[in-house]
Amino acid sequence: MQDIKIITRHLNTASSADIDVYMADGGYQALKKALSMTPDEVIAEVKRSKLVGRGGAAFPTGLKWELTRKEKANPKYIVCNASEGEPGTFKDRLILKNDPHMVLEGFIIAAYAVGTSQGFIHAREVYTEEIELFQKAIDQATERGFLGQNIMGSNFSLDIQFYKSAGAYICGEETALFESLEGHRGIPAARPPYPVQVGLMDKPTTVNNVETLCNVPAIINNGADWFAAIGHPDYPGTKLFCLSGNVKEPGVFEMPLGTNLKDLLEAGGGVDGKFKAVLPGGISSSLLTEMDVNLDFKTLAKAGTMLGSGAVIVINSDTSMVNVASNVAHFFDEEGCGKCSICREGTRRAAEILSRFSRGQGNRNELEWLLELHEVMKDTASCGLGQVALNVAASAIRNFKGEFLAQVRKEEGVWLR
Amino acid sequence: MESIWKEKVDGVITQSGSSRLSLLPCLEAVQEECGYIPHEAVNYLRECLSIPSIDIYGMITFYSLLSTNQKGKYVIRLCNSLPCYLNGTENILDTLVDNLGIEPGQTTLDQRFTLELVPCLGLCDQSPAMVINGVVYGKLTAQLVTEVLDELRTY
Amino acid sequence: MVTLNIDNKQISVPEGTTIMQAAKQANINIPHLCYFEGLKSYSGCRVCVVEIEGEPRLATSCSRKVAEGMKVNTHSARVRRARRTILEILLANHPQDCFNCERNQNCDLLRLAFECGVKKLRFEESEKRVLPIDSTSPSIIRDPNKCIACGRCVRVCHDIQTVNAIGFINKGPDTMVATSMDRGMGNVACANCGQCILVCPVGAIKERSAVDAVWAAIADPTKHVVVQEAPSVRVSLGEELGLPAGTLVAKKMYAALRRLGFDAVFDTNFTADLTIMEEGSELVERVKDGGVLPQITSCCPGWVKFMEHYYPELAPNVSSAKSPQQMFGAVCKTYYAEKSGIDPKDIINVSVMPCTAKKFECQRPEMNDSGFKDVDYVLTTRELARMIKEAGLDFASLDEEPAEDLLGLYTGAATIFGATGGVMEAAIRSAYTLITGRELENLDIEPVRGLEGIKTASVNIDGLEVKVAVAHGLGNARHLLDEIKEGVSPYHFIEIMACPGGCVGGGGQPIRFDSTLKKKRGEALYEEDRNMAKRCSHHNPSVEKIYKDYLEKPLGKRSHKLLHTEYTSRPVV
Repeated sequence: MQDIKIITRHLNTASSADIDVYMADGGYQALKKALSMTPDEVIAEVKRSKLVGRGGAAFPTGLKWELTRKEKANPKYIVCNASEGEPGTFKDRLILKNDPHMVLEGFIIAAYAVGTSQGFIHAREVYTEEIELFQKAIDQATERGFLGQNIMGSNFSLDIQFYKSAGAYICGEETALFESLEGHRGIPAARPPYPVQVGLMDKPTTVNNVETLCNVPAIINNGADWFAAIGHPDYPGTKLFCLSGNVKEPGVFEMPLGTNLKDLLEAGGGVDGKFKAVLPGGISSSLLTEMDVNLDFKTLAKAGTMLGSGAVIVINSDTSMVNVASNVAHFFDEEGCGKCSICREGTRRAAEILSRFSRGQGNRNELEWLLELHEVMKDTASCGLGQVALNVAASAIRNFKGEFLAQVRKEEGVWLR
Repeated sequence: MESIWKEKVDGVITQSGSSRLSLLPCLEAVQEECGYIPHEAVNYLRECLSIPSIDIYGMITFYSLLSTNQKGKYVIRLCNSLPCYLNGTENILDTLVDNLGIEPGQTTLDQRFTLELVPCLGLCDQSPAMVINGVVYGKLTAQLVTEVLDELRTY
Repeated sequence: MVTLNIDNKQISVPEGTTIMQAAKQANINIPHLCYFEGLKSYSGCRVCVVEIEGEPRLATSCSRKVAEGMKVNTHSARVRRARRTILEILLANHPQDCFNCERNQNCDLLRLAFECGVKKLRFEESEKRVLPIDSTSPSIIRDPNKCIACGRCVRVCHDIQTVNAIGFINKGPDTMVATSMDRGMGNVACANCGQCILVCPVGAIKERSAVDAVWAAIADPTKHVVVQEAPSVRVSLGEELGLPAGTLVAKKMYAALRRLGFDAVFDTNFTADLTIMEEGSELVERVKDGGVLPQITSCCPGWVKFMEHYYPELAPNVSSAKSPQQMFGAVCKTYYAEKSGIDPKDIINVSVMPCTAKKFECQRPEMNDSGFKDVDYVLTTRELARMIKEAGLDFASLDEEPAEDLLGLYTGAATIFGATGGVMEAAIRSAYTLITGRELENLDIEPVRGLEGIKTASVNIDGLEVKVAVAHGLGNARHLLDEIKEGVSPYHFIEIMACPGGCVGGGGQPIRFDSTLKKKRGEALYEEDRNMAKRCSHHNPSVEKIYKDYLEKPLGKRSHKLLHTEYTSRPVV
C-alpha cells in the first residue's frame, strides 16, 4: 500500500507554520505556476485530477470551481470552510496548526481559478491557537506579495476576511454558513438554487473544505496525472481519516481512499477492548458491525452507510448502544436550526424517547415510531442534518434490538406489548 | 466597561463597514470583552448597523458562544459528543458536579465557575476533553480535573 | 411557458412558477401551514411536500419551481404518510384544549390533522412546553405554547409592516417567536396592527378580549352602555355569521346590538364625518397659512404609534384631529350626556372595530377630554360575532333597524373610511367645498382607490394643484415618510393606514386566508357610498346639528378641546 503523505508531510517539521520553512520546501511554487496558467487551465487540471471535496459531500472540486466561474453574476466569492463541528473530526485543526500556508496557497489558487478577489474563512472559535497561526500566516503571505493587490505581479488580487464561528454546528453547512457571515441566524437555505449559483450575499460562491484545498498545491506542482494515480481510481489522492472513540491511539491518519478499516484500526493501535460497531462517517452515518470494509464513498454507500468527512468512531463491547443512540440524538436535538417542523420536533422527541430507554423506562412501541420517524425525516427534512439525525438511532435499533428491548419499562413484571 | 466594548465595536465597523456583515464580529467582540452582551450593546448595534433589535437578540440566542447573561469567571466547557462520551465523559461530569456543587448550565454562587456541556470541541484524539476560557485540557481523569479546579480556585 | 404533469394532469405555467402555484391552477390545493400568499416562502413546515419523479427525497412545493417535463405526485402514499407524521409531531407539542381556543373554528392545524388522516397521536409521553404567555400589550396576546414556528407572523411584521416587533429566538426545538430581550409586545416598538393575528394558522396570537367586560357592563343596571361601530364592520361582520363576504349588514348589526342589550346604538361613521370637518378645515388652514405640509391623517392608531416610535420628528405633519372612535367617546360623554340628561359617569362607551390598535388607543392616558375615559372598551369584529353567537341570535334573519340619529347618521364619505384611500376621498370632497364654496361635481375619485400599495392623485381646486398620496401597509408608508424626512415630498395631504387594504384588512377582522376578501369588503363600502343620498361629510345633518348646538365650528375652542389631541415620542426598542 502506498504511503504517500500529501497533507501531513510537514507534520513533524518544526515551525512548519512559518512561511520561510514552508517556502524552503517549495511552498508557493504552485501559486507561481498557477498564475502562469489561465484560470480555465487551472480548473481543467484540477478536474483531470479527479479531486473530490473532503468535507463530506465529495463533490468534484474542479467542477465546482467551473460552475461558479461560469455564472454570469458578479462578484463571486470563495469560502474556506474550517468550521469543523462534526463530532469525531479534528483533521482541520491539525492542518491549520501545522501547515496553514498549505491551506492558504490552495485557497489563493482556488480563488484565482474561480475568478474572485474576495475570500472568506470561517473557522471554529475554539481553535484559538490555530486561528492565531493562520492569521499570522495571512500576514506573512501578504508581506511577501502572495496575498493582496496584484499577487506576484499579476492582475489577480485577493483579500481575505476572517470570521470566527459563534458556536453552531449547523453553520458548517454552507448555506447556514453564508447566513452566519451575513449577520443572520444560521438557518440553511432551500436548494435549489445551489451555492455555486446563489451563495454568499446571493452571489455565486465556492465553498471548499480545508483538507480539499491542501491537495491543490500538490496537484498543480506535480500534475493531475500524478494525483489521479494515487490510491482509489475513482477517488484518487489521500484522505485524512480521524480515528476516535474506543481505540488505543486516536489520531489523524493520511491514507488513500479505499483503505480497509482493519488497516486503519491497526494504524490506530487497535480497538480498545472488543470491537462492537463503527461509525465510518461519524454520527451522521449508520452503524457498521464489521471491520472488514473498504473506506471509500461508494463501498460505504452500498453498505447502507457513508464516509462523509472520514470521522471514524469506534465502539467497543462495553458500551451500551442505547446510550450511544441517546447521546447522538441529543446532539442533533441541540444543534438543529429549528426551521423544519419534522427535524425540530423529531429530534426532540427522539432524544426524549432514547433518554427514557437509557433509564430503563422505554415504551416498546416507540422503537417502531422512531424507525418511521427516521424514514419521514430522511424524506422531508430540508438539509443534511435533519436527513441524517436518526441514522445512528435507526441502525442501532435494527442491529442491536435486544439491547433496546432490555430497556423497555417493566410494569408489574410484564413486558409492554 | 462600556467604553471598552464600544471602542471594540467601533474598531470592527471601521474595518469591515457598517453593514450587516459586521454584526457577528461585533457581537463576538462585545462577548469577548464583557463575557456577555449587555442590552446597551444591543441598542448601540441597532443604531450603528441599522438592524432591528429582535434580529440581534435572535442572533445572540442562536449562537451558543453568545449570551445575554453574565457567566462565571471560568466557563468550563466539557465535551459531551460521542467520541468523548465513549471515553468516559460521564465520570468526568460526575467529578465536576460533585466538586463544584452545580449542574450543567449553572454557575457557582461565588460566580467563579460556570459548567456547560458542549458539542464536539475537535479534541477527539484527547478525549475526554474540556476547554476552560480558551485553555484546552485533554485526556481528562478525575484526578486531573480536581487538580485543575484547585488551581483555578487560587486565582 | 413550462409544461409539467401534476397528478396525471398536464399543466402549462410561466417559468418561475412554484409547484404549489401551478397545482392551484389545476384546482389542487396542496396542504400547507407556513406558506402564505403575499409573503416570501419559508418552506419550514414541510407539510406541502410532493413527490417528484426521479428525485430521492420529497420536495416542498411552496419553494420548488416547476421544470419542463417534471412529473409530480401531490398525494402518493409516501407523501400522505409524511404529512400525517409531520402533523402528528406538531400536535405532540401542542396544547390539547381545542374546546376553548378562539381559533377552533378556523385552525389550520386542526383542519389539516383531520383532512390528512391523523388518526391517533403517538409520541404521547412527550413533555409539553410550559412557556409564559405574553400579555404585556393592551391589544395583542401571544401564547407561545400554541406556536408551531411557521414564521408567518415574523414575515408579515418584518417584510410587510417593517415594524420588526417580533422574531425568532433560540435554536432547534427551543425555537420560538419572541420580542427583543423578551420584553413583551407591550414594551417594544409594536404598532398593534394585529397583522400577525390575521396570518397565524393556529391560536398562538389573538386580541386581548373585552367581551367579558362588555357583558358585565351590559348587565350592570346602573350603567348606560353606548355602542359605536366602524365602517369596515358593517361589510365584514356577516362573514362570521353565515353571510357572504361583502354583504352590507349595518341595519342587522344595529338590531343585533340592541338584542345584546346595548342601551344606545350609534355609529362611528357619524364621527368619521365629523373628523372630515375638523381635518379638512385643518388642511385648508395649513395650506392658506403656510403650515407644515404635507398633512398626514391621524385616524389610524397603528400608524400613529408607529410614527411615535420611528418618525417622531414628523409629528407636526400629523393632523391633530383625533380618530373617529375617540371623537365619538369625547362627544358622547359631553354632548350626548347633556342632550339625554344622563350622568356621564354612568356612560360606558363601547366601540366595535376591525382593529386591534384601537384597544391601545382607547387607553392612551390623554384620551379623557370628556372628563372621563372617553372610550371604555373596544371589541373587534370577531369579538362582536362571538357575542352574537353566544346570545343565540339568528343574525341573518334579524329585521333591519336604524341607529339613533344624534350620533348615528352618516354620509357616503364616512362609510368609505374603511377602504384604503377612503379617508382621502372623503376629505377631498369636503375640502373642495371648504376652499371654493362650491360642490365637487365628480365625487368618485378613482386614483386613490384600489389595493396598489401607494396611490397618488392630483386634484385641481380652483387653480391650486392639490397633490395627494395614499399608503396602506407600514412598509409602503415608509416610502412616503422618508420622502418627507429628506425634504422631497411633493404632497399636500397623505393618508396612511397601517393595515394592507386599509381597515377592511384590519387586525380585528374575520380571519380567512382568502386574498379576495379585502377587495370584496372595500367594494361593498364604495357601493354603499354610491347608493346614499348624502355623500359628503358637510351634508350630514347630525354633524350640522352638533356644530350648531354644541361645538360651534371646526377648529373652534370646544372642538379643539374635545376633538384634537397631541402626540408623544416613544423609544425604538
